[in-house]
Amino acid sequence: MNPEKQYIDLYEQCREMINGHSVAPLNALREKAYEDFKRMGFPTQRVERYKYTDVAAAFAPDYGLNLQHIEIPVNPYEVFRCDVPNLSTSLYFVVNDRFYNKHLPKAALPEGVRVMSLAEAAAENPRLIEKYYGRLAQTDKDGLNALNTMFCQDGLFIYVPENTVVERPIQIINILRADVDLMANRRMLIVVEKGAEAKLLFCDHAIDDRNFLATQVNEVYIGENAHLELYELEETHVKSHRFANTYVEQQRSSTSTIDSITLHNGVTRNRTDITLNGEYAETQVFGCVIADKQQHADNNTLIDHRVPNCQSTELYKYVLDGEAVGAFAGRVWVREGAQNTTSQETNANLVATNTARMYTQPMLEIYADDVKCSHGSTIGQLNEHALFYMRQRGIPEEEARMLLKFAFVGEVLDSIRMEPLRDRLHYLVEKRFRGELSKCEGCKLCK
Amino acid sequence: MLEIQDLHASINGKEILKGIDLTIRDGEVHALMGQNGAGKSTLSNIIVGHPAYEVTQGSITFNGQNLLTMSPEERAHAGIFLSFQQPVEIPGVSMNNFMRAALNAKRKAQGLEPMPATEFLKLMRERRKIVELDNRLANRSVNEGFSGGEKKRNEIFQMAMLEPDFAILDETDSGLDVDALRTVAEGFNKLRNEKTSALVITHYQRLLDYLHPDIIHVLIGGKIVHTGGPEVATMIEEEGFDPFIRNV
Repeated sequence: MNPEKQYIDLYEQCREMINGHSVAPLNALREKAYEDFKRMGFPTQRVERYKYTDVAAAFAPDYGLNLQHIEIPVNPYEVFRCDVPNLSTSLYFVVNDRFYNKHLPKAALPEGVRVMSLAEAAAENPRLIEKYYGRLAQTDKDGLNALNTMFCQDGLFIYVPENTVVERPIQIINILRADVDLMANRRMLIVVEKGAEAKLLFCDHAIDDRNFLATQVNEVYIGENAHLELYELEETHVKSHRFANTYVEQQRSSTSTIDSITLHNGVTRNRTDITLNGEYAETQVFGCVIADKQQHADNNTLIDHRVPNCQSTELYKYVLDGEAVGAFAGRVWVREGAQNTTSQETNANLVATNTARMYTQPMLEIYADDVKCSHGSTIGQLNEHALFYMRQRGIPEEEARMLLKFAFVGEVLDSIRMEPLRDRLHYLVEKRFRGELSKCEGCKLCK
Repeated sequence: MLEIQDLHASINGKEILKGIDLTIRDGEVHALMGQNGAGKSTLSNIIVGHPAYEVTQGSITFNGQNLLTMSPEERAHAGIFLSFQQPVEIPGVSMNNFMRAALNAKRKAQGLEPMPATEFLKLMRERRKIVELDNRLANRSVNEGFSGGEKKRNEIFQMAMLEPDFAILDETDSGLDVDALRTVAEGFNKLRNEKTSALVITHYQRLLDYLHPDIIHVLIGGKIVHTGGPEVATMIEEEGFDPFIRNV
């Protein structure tokens, strides 16, 4: 049986149930997504952007899906302690694929700002959801978008209206929680309107010792002169599979910082596509992967310079130990007429063992003649001279190795502008390198 | 006290040291002179346990301990320090974190608690003055962007922080101008006491004029061919190594 069949069969059998537990704007795209998935299936490794991750293998096992939306008896506010304790945030939870709408933080968000479930948002303002939902994450271009859109019943909606500045960071904790092996299809829609500003922090956790598979499709719209910082921190376990597709579209003079940190995981495949759609838009994309054992982390990015006078900076760093596999493929596409583009892309990797593997593929595609673009990548080992120098000063070898790895990823961590988050990540990364962080720190459920 | 007996050593299968005997007692400063490629740096690397070198014969003991079975960090904890000929740049590791890790590792080996942060910073300030190391350098990454002279000052600063019993100065004078040489040499002299001993590797008499070694050895072709007092340095300065080579 091909791995697609079980999902196609499931959909055909449960179509009504899926629709019945969802809302009109989401249901509207479902049939087309199903047709697209049936036609395309899972992307194979022959598809350029999926070269380094075997998608079908991850989807082949039998996972449970909670299509009837049976409530999971958990109050995340009670069982989950925030991992970034000194960071004062507006804290929300998504449990599996559902926004947790009880015990919401009392601190009020600025007027008009919404952090809520997609279903509730669709009831409150269906036109807004219809306008944005599924526009960037097209189902006929990527089998995973199709699968997610086909099964997704709810999700998270964040909305920052025109000229509104949200000072306090909004923190979303994604929790995978189940007593059986579970698949969750998450969806996130973020709209930051003209002149608005927000900082978002997403933390991914898996709190049960089960096999998890999460697909996630994020659509992010950044309006003219709007500013968004988006940090994503994955701290799951080795039985977790994460397939996240993030689409960002930026209008004129907007800025974005997209920071993705894989601190602990099983199999992770992040696709990040950023479209610079208005002149003078800027994006900074950072990523950091720390992997060992048989962990797998694949970041695939596209920065699409559609118009003149935009800037992009991209920096990804990996530290691989054990038998870990890392992949980075980043394409910067400067379209015809996108003059005065400035773009810099860097991927640097530290491979600490003979058994770890790193694939790197920086790509620049330029169709304009007045641009300043660079790209580069390196794969290396720890500097033996530095290691010996430190040991001669009395620093034990393990500690010296840790300090060098830490120094290596420091550049990415220092790009984080939220200071408490940066400090906390320094602490978590150090723990990670010391081997003391094998799963999420914050929750009481982890034994 | 350091005692080397009949030491043979090689790198990549090539024998560099061909039977070294050397005893350095507490409080003594010895100088080791010799042409390029004579094996001076090989000897210093072997004393601190560089993994690239292989000892094929002989022994080294330090205060009664067999050095050759100890890791580089254990040797450091035992009180051995090498001022590197080419100090290594370590981007991303701040001098502060580096020194704190080194100092506390040594304290741990001695069964002491880590040094409290305020005490540590005070010590950093104090010891920096000994070699007139700029405050700004102490806040930077280890040796990153330091000039040649600053790197050498930084070596002696680290020595001041770690207070070793035995230090090797491997061409600490190279790359230093006259003033910096004096500062570094005087800094080193301030750190000396009746227990500390040192092995100074140099090509020139200049550094020795400041350090006043008790004994000077001439190393040629992997062997110590001559041992004498300060007059040996003067002789080398005037006549080069030829007289010693002729004797071999």
